[in-house]
Amino acid sequence: MSASLSNQQQQNDGPIAVPPSSKDIFLDRTFRTFTTCFAWLTLLLIGYIVWEIGGTALPAIKEMGVGFLTGTTWDPNKGEFGILPQIWGTFYSSLLTLLLGGSFGIAIAVFLTQDFLPNKIQIVLKSTIELLAAIPSVVYGLWGIFVLIPLIRPVANWLHATLGWIPFFSTSLSGPGMFPAALVLSIMILPTVAAISQDALSAIPDKIKEAAYGMGTTRWEAILKVLLPTASRGIFGGLVLGFGRALGETMALAMLVGNSNQLSLSLFSPADTLAALLALNFPEASDYETQILMYAAVVLLFITLAVNIIGELIISYSERSGGKK
Amino acid sequence: MTSAQTATLTDDVVIDCKVDKIFYGNFLAVRDSDVPIYKNKITGFIGPSGCGKSTVLKSINRMNDLVRIFRFEGRIHFEGQDLYGTNVDPVSVRRHIGMVFQQPNPFSMSIYENVAFGLRLNRYKGDYDARVEEALRGAALWKEVKDKLQNNGMSLSGGQQQRLCIARAIATKPTVILMDEPCSALDPIATRQVEELMIGLKSEYTVVIVTHNMQQAQRVADKTAFFSVDISQGGRTGYLVEMNDTGKLFENPREQLTKEYLSGEFS
Repeated sequence: MSASLSNQQQQNDGPIAVPPSSKDIFLDRTFRTFTTCFAWLTLLLIGYIVWEIGGTALPAIKEMGVGFLTGTTWDPNKGEFGILPQIWGTFYSSLLTLLLGGSFGIAIAVFLTQDFLPNKIQIVLKSTIELLAAIPSVVYGLWGIFVLIPLIRPVANWLHATLGWIPFFSTSLSGPGMFPAALVLSIMILPTVAAISQDALSAIPDKIKEAAYGMGTTRWEAILKVLLPTASRGIFGGLVLGFGRALGETMALAMLVGNSNQLSLSLFSPADTLAALLALNFPEASDYETQILMYAAVVLLFITLAVNIIGELIISYSERSGGKK
Repeated sequence: MTSAQTATLTDDVVIDCKVDKIFYGNFLAVRDSDVPIYKNKITGFIGPSGCGKSTVLKSINRMNDLVRIFRFEGRIHFEGQDLYGTNVDPVSVRRHIGMVFQQPNPFSMSIYENVAFGLRLNRYKGDYDARVEEALRGAALWKEVKDKLQNNGMSLSGGQQQRLCIARAIATKPTVILMDEPCSALDPIATRQVEELMIGLKSEYTVVIVTHNMQQAQRVADKTAFFSVDISQGGRTGYLVEMNDTGKLFENPREQLTKEYLSGEFS
């Protein structure tokens, strides 16, 4: 600074850095403590829920053991309880849902991110699909009963009549059943899968897209060979979330799946899932039955947690082996 | 254009590029630029930012078709046809005229698969391993990656990634390779490696390179085209000022504008 400057100017022009005040430091520390607390609280909450449900279920777990998981009858009058059909139904409906909702969700994501449409229409469609998540599941259930089932019944029965030798079509659709349930569930997980896949696809840098087109790919080849593989980790995350949602979804399934204790490959046969079983049996359950239902709840909780953890593990594994070392 | 670069279509000219007008929407981006590209030579495009050198480059392999509002007037002759003819598929143009971009952009797949990408795309039936090795050797990358071909291409350094992209581009043996400021994201050592590589590629390929670096043009280019921006009509329209052998252009430019640009009087 030149000597000709007055003191006043020196004060104004000089460095103005000061250390953070004690108030700044206090706020910073409080904020950090709060966020840490909340993060741990989530963990505690999960632990507490598992502990509490597990505790209630413990007598039933001790009494029935593994047999509960492999038994196929549910008869409170005879005191026979087994949830194999429900476990089967849970997985079967969720896998069907993943297949239908997953492929549609990814297709929608591709359609909405790869410049197939003018920007404005793209935005409108995108928010419309997100609105699907705002529909309450009981409404989905009603729609399924009154609209969807009558709509697909002729097709289902035609399939059964002509292709009945295929196990998937081995029964006719009399009303509620596996397929309408899975169809409605697919619509319910659609926004999750579509939104997360869209994010994953739009996060791909333009330079990667340019590279693909620069190599002389058609649009289809660019999407299939470059963009989808590049976004696969995010898309997989969306599928895991959707699968988790399908495993745990209760209301729509209780209304649509038929709640029948059956173990069948047929898409049109009524079936049951763990969540539906729980929802429908709790209201009238005795103390003893409540323990048994808690056991079923533990199984469902275990399945959903396991699916999510395995999903996370696969994602982080592919992250590690997928470069960026 | 006036002088020598009104090259008649000889055997030496592999791409005869005559741009009348290039529009983005209503915006006239480039006008009147005739740039013949000579076989087995490196042609450098230089000029200030916004002069349209990249636009002209990307018009050659029809990359600009990806921009919805892009419109091209003129013609680009390549192997006896106009690349902007009605029955020409931009996709197949890009398969014959490869491109290397400003930012290294390998795919998130193994080094091997990055190089084999174009081979698979063109349903190549021969020996993939041999082609991949040949391309990686051609891109001066083989020694560094031969023991880790299954590693992800993104795990390489920036300079290696750019050479991987060159390997990916030459694996299918395109006739011409376009390079859009291929060294601008690289450090000086990697830049030098890529430049040496380009000179090596000349025997087999025809190379067109856009560069903002005049020294680079002098080091690698046989022919240099100097573009500038015309702001006289209120817009910013790029055009070709002159094109000549690199030595002649730098030592004895015909146009006053070129002289001023080369001496750093404007940029």
